[in-house]
Amino acid sequence: MANGPILMRENRYHQIKAVLARLRLDSSARLVVLVDKDGQQIAVHGELGDLDTTSLASLVAGNVAATGGMAKLIGEDEFPTLSHEGAKESIHISVIGRILLVVVFDDRSSLGLVKLRSKQISQELASAFAEIERESATPGARSALPFAEITDEEIDSLFFHA
Amino acid sequence: MTFINYASREINCKIVYYGPGLCGKTTNLQYIYDSTATQAKGKLISLATETDRTLFFDFMPLELGTVRGFKTRFHLYTVPGQVFYEASRKLILKGVDGVVFVADSQEERMDANIESLYNLEENLQVYGYDLMKLPYVLQLNKRDLPNVIPSPDLTSELQRKGEPVIEAVASTGAGVFDTLKAVAKQVLTELRKS
Repeated sequence: MANGPILMRENRYHQIKAVLARLRLDSSARLVVLVDKDGQQIAVHGELGDLDTTSLASLVAGNVAATGGMAKLIGEDEFPTLSHEGAKESIHISVIGRILLVVVFDDRSSLGLVKLRSKQISQELASAFAEIERESATPGARSALPFAEITDEEIDSLFFHA
Repeated sequence: MTFINYASREINCKIVYYGPGLCGKTTNLQYIYDSTATQAKGKLISLATETDRTLFFDFMPLELGTVRGFKTRFHLYTVPGQVFYEASRKLILKGVDGVVFVADSQEERMDANIESLYNLEENLQVYGYDLMKLPYVLQLNKRDLPNVIPSPDLTSELQRKGEPVIEAVASTGAGVFDTLKAVAKQVLTELRKS
């Protein structure tokens, strides 16, 4: 693998969740999701209902990748924000380094408010994720991986039902 | 890139099915989706054209089980095989943990297989990946058709580094789970090494 795995410890997870909770409250949003650019969901906070956030994360990453490709074609590095406005529900996406902040909101909020609040917390999220990346790269973190001592039998056991 | 969440005790990995147009990448995913228990899978998302050709990607999350208290989830993606979707095909490889190359065994698709394999190596290099170091499986698909190249010939032409080679008929499911298992096992073994 070109890069090692990203390890998110519980304290970082709760730190990020707290930031998302604050953003959701301040922006009157329905839901806030943090996704990495590869399509992995990092954390989510809000009214999930029956929303499939795994699929949402994958599609957001695809969307950002596609618009990033368009940006490069016209000489831009990337488009730092994307907004999709529907009749009832809307989505605002902020690109913060290698993470994507996704806010789902309805008519209890507005695009302007969501944009403003997202921008206000983006630096905090960027710093938290930079810490996660730094912690993931330390030799101690790697040796403490849950899979560091996994046996071939344990790997094989995953496939009994497949 | 593998993402390990200690709070939700989950390990997420990304596997991409690559290959020339109409080789059966989406059929692989469709079979896995149809054959997997509801609780182990999420939705199968297909971003396809009106004629059901993959436009951007197909995606499905698959949960294999628990190891050392961590749920192992694989995110399976396909790329669009058609040559002119090069820009979007490249994007899907970002953050990949393992690749399945689905080769079309028919004689007339040999050139397309070779072109797609070169294209894979080039596109991996864009993200700093080396096919020689990446978990990788070669699937020889469509073995049920009459005009197929013998497996040893196809293997000698397409095998890059002694990777597992699996014969398949994705439309009936033959070899589909063997392929997935072969790549997933390499990804987990790689994780142990890291």
